[in-house]
Amino acid sequence: MTTPHASAPAGRGGLSSQADITAEIAALSENYLESGATETQSRLDYPPYRSSVLRHPTKDLHHADPEGIELWAPVFGQRDVAPIESDLTVQHAGEPLGEKIEVTGRLLDGDGHPIAGQLIEIWQANAGGRYIHKGDQHPAPIDPNFTGCGRVITGADGTYRFMTIKPGPYPWKNHYNAWRPAHIHFSLFGTDFTQRMITQMYFPGDPLFALDPIYQAIRDQKARDRLVATYDHDVTEHELHTGYRWDIVLTGSGATPMEEQL
Amino acid sequence: MTQSPLVATPGQTIGPFFHFGLPYDGGAELVPAGRADAIRLTGIVYDGSGKPIPDALIEIWQAAPDGTVPRAEGSLHRDGWTFTGWGRCPTDRTGRYTFTTVAPGAVDGATARWFSIVVFARGLLNRLFTRCYLPGAGLDDDALLASVDADRRSTLIATADDDGYVFDIHLQGEGETVFLRFPAHLD
Repeated sequence: MTTPHASAPAGRGGLSSQADITAEIAALSENYLESGATETQSRLDYPPYRSSVLRHPTKDLHHADPEGIELWAPVFGQRDVAPIESDLTVQHAGEPLGEKIEVTGRLLDGDGHPIAGQLIEIWQANAGGRYIHKGDQHPAPIDPNFTGCGRVITGADGTYRFMTIKPGPYPWKNHYNAWRPAHIHFSLFGTDFTQRMITQMYFPGDPLFALDPIYQAIRDQKARDRLVATYDHDVTEHELHTGYRWDIVLTGSGATPMEEQL
Repeated sequence: MTQSPLVATPGQTIGPFFHFGLPYDGGAELVPAGRADAIRLTGIVYDGSGKPIPDALIEIWQAAPDGTVPRAEGSLHRDGWTFTGWGRCPTDRTGRYTFTTVAPGAVDGATARWFSIVVFARGLLNRLFTRCYLPGAGLDDDALLASVDADRRSTLIATADDDGYVFDIHLQGEGETVFLRFPAHLD
């Protein structure tokens, strides 16, 4: 692209500029700091992420005590996932391009207990920032040796381990010249269904963090940091791959309410 | 090892590109369609302007017809005989999801029968939980329904049709579905 950065709005297809989005992010961050509240999750209503405007509830979430089926989670096991599914680098005839990485950590509940024998699913872009998805048509190459999805069942101590390729950042159409920080999507189950969640793991030091309205939809810096993996040289293997560690904490289970434990 | 409470990792949007990673063959068929007691659970997911959402993902989690909680693995590779109680369905171009399943029984002495439902979508920054109650007897004694304003209660109750039940989900606006916050969810 040779489009100058300072092109007129008409040249951006009516999209907001990064400067507009950054200003909106700053204003919402200032509101948060002034409020004195402590948020731990993404805001559902976060206009800098344009697609959220018509897709968040406007009414307060309704308090519910978990009951019946909600106090249990579906069971997954060796029938569901083959061990090889946790290695995203061996799904094709050849080796994928990019920086080979191991991502490992533990899945814990809100009391620090490991969640054993539970399903974790991931999906991600390739090293060039391209997804195997018909909706991703930006000019970065598909890698014939990389699909980008994997599954694993956690071990007895809640440990998971994926071998993959470090994904690239990629452009999207939230605003003009919008780029997502590199990330891996994680889908998670706990021991009761109220713990079900999906999130994104990021890499340390990404220069796009401050510009990204999805990452910034978590308004608390400490909470945002919980989505960033740590480089761990003990996970790195001699002449094979680098290593990242990322522990995941699900909400407390219904059996051990945490409302008094802020 | 520490036993002190930990703060939960934040959720984030499922984004637009989950289709190659999460849906799988048979995900929405908890039982074979030919089974005598099979029902269809279907509905459309709408945004705040009343437009269907073609990139949402719906999961259901339910009891067996006799009210027992399924404890069998095998949801990702169904054998056609084992009821695992959990299913996953992406919405199609018209915003519709469709599960083939059986009607859940009431659990643990409850009178109402319902599916637990979780909603993910591009543009939705964190998952939303709701319940889909089956219409008919048993709803009057349900504590959650009783706690919801009468004019919004119907958003939690499916409508029967010839093949099973219809349950539309409105993320916002007219007829906005009641979504749930559990005590362990801090915000």
